[in-house]
Amino acid sequence: MSFQDYRINEKNGLEFGLYTLGDHLENPLEGKRISAQQRLQELIEMAKLAEQAGLDVISVGESHQDYFTTQAHTVVLSAMAQATEKIKLSSSSTIISTLDPVRVFEDFATIDLISNGRAEIVAGRASRVGLFDLLGYDLRDYEELFEEKFELLLQINNEETVTWQGEFRPVLKNAHILPRPLNGKLPIWRAVGGAPASAMKAGYQGVPMTLAMLGGPASIFKRSIDAYRETLDASGYDAKEFPVATAGFFYAAETTQQAQREYYPHINEGMKRTNGQGFPKQQFAQGAHPKNIMNVGSPQEIIEKILYQHETFGHQRYMAQLDFGGVPFDKIMKNIELIGKEILPAVKKYTTRN
Amino acid sequence: MSIVVLSGSTMGSKTRTAMNAVYDQIKNQHPDETVTLIDLADHELVFSDGRNYLEYTGDTQYVTQKLMDADAIFIGTPIFQASIPGSLKNIFDLLPQNGLRDKTVSLLMTAGSAKHYLIAETQLKPILAYMKAQIVQTFVFMDERDFHRKEIVNEDALFRIERLVEDTFILMYTYQSVKQAKEEEYGF
Repeated sequence: MSFQDYRINEKNGLEFGLYTLGDHLENPLEGKRISAQQRLQELIEMAKLAEQAGLDVISVGESHQDYFTTQAHTVVLSAMAQATEKIKLSSSSTIISTLDPVRVFEDFATIDLISNGRAEIVAGRASRVGLFDLLGYDLRDYEELFEEKFELLLQINNEETVTWQGEFRPVLKNAHILPRPLNGKLPIWRAVGGAPASAMKAGYQGVPMTLAMLGGPASIFKRSIDAYRETLDASGYDAKEFPVATAGFFYAAETTQQAQREYYPHINEGMKRTNGQGFPKQQFAQGAHPKNIMNVGSPQEIIEKILYQHETFGHQRYMAQLDFGGVPFDKIMKNIELIGKEILPAVKKYTTRN
Repeated sequence: MSIVVLSGSTMGSKTRTAMNAVYDQIKNQHPDETVTLIDLADHELVFSDGRNYLEYTGDTQYVTQKLMDADAIFIGTPIFQASIPGSLKNIFDLLPQNGLRDKTVSLLMTAGSAKHYLIAETQLKPILAYMKAQIVQTFVFMDERDFHRKEIVNEDALFRIERLVEDTFILMYTYQSVKQAKEEEYGF
């Protein structure tokens, strides 16, 4: 394995992407929610703008519950594939536990061909569990469903003809899984929460990881990344061959104060609706510290933070969540513009290796 | 402000009797505040299976939502087998990790024997602290002798309940107002 297998070229510097959960929440400042149709159209528009601004990746999450609109996230990614030309198309994440890995592979391999080799999968276990009831699974199988189906997905990615037997899906006997992606294989990542134990699971498996970070000092998340790399090495892999991505809240405005003022109501209300607890103001305020992973601030401060995180983590990709909690589209556009004009050139300048 | 009075056991009567007195005392001292009494004996709750509290249904959803919306919670609990009852521990397990953040929580313990006096200190307060509650340090401890046929017969106990209600509201109002002033300083 090498970074190339994951379509990552370190010479191009730290990859910068946008990720959306596909949440469909009201804008708390206006007390209004746009239609699902408008939200979906705007997500596709967001992908186009991200590409125009030079971003490397856009990813869409799968959630099956109230206040979300990308239940069919592969369909959305497919539309994005058609609307764009260069940007990578990923998930954030695909809940492999409650899907059929064969169908997931078929979908993403198809998107890969439609997009000329830009599709990838980030597989996760779901932080909300309503989909287990909806799709007919038992929550008691939460861990095992993920592990078994994720392993099968990896097998399908490695072998075109698959023979497989497990607990949660009918047997596959010399099953020919088609279509095959452009370079034969899709980059498949594992979505990881904050705790080192979660990161170590990706290490045991020998897969790249995307680490979600809500808030807190970079040093906390460094522990998970270190644990991941140590586990890779101890499991017979070479940690240097596996990319790491981080993902977290992002919002840029002219000043840090303005960024905090504009984004906080969205984060707080959005978290209340989807997670049942608001985001403490104290934590949000601390988020402005240069060593905190929350990238909310002026472009200059965000540049310094991302570079500090890069120095600390040695990661290959950063995914920014800037549309959470009903952020209106004009602000999303403004953010992408600030990334393209100010943040991205600086990040690339300092992370590109010649 | 939203106040919940929680009677944490599904069996026995002492805790409920005491929490009725707490409820009446709150109504007496703060007639304008919203108070809800929840007796776990009146509700069918499932055991926590780790999901977010928003995703439960029925009584479990009702009780967890009331607690999460509360600014202050009066927890009343008996002591079984030298510990809190499973029904109360299940409440903590159903709530998120920091589920008591910004909430003022006070305690009323009932027990068969004064030998259990330190259970609140050694077993209950650490849970509340972990869940980030603002804990009212003094608690009310009542034993068998304070009750007779579902009535409180020890007048001293009623004074202690009166003080518990006062202390809880003082801490809640103080914490909320200082916190609000601090948050206004953040400017967002």
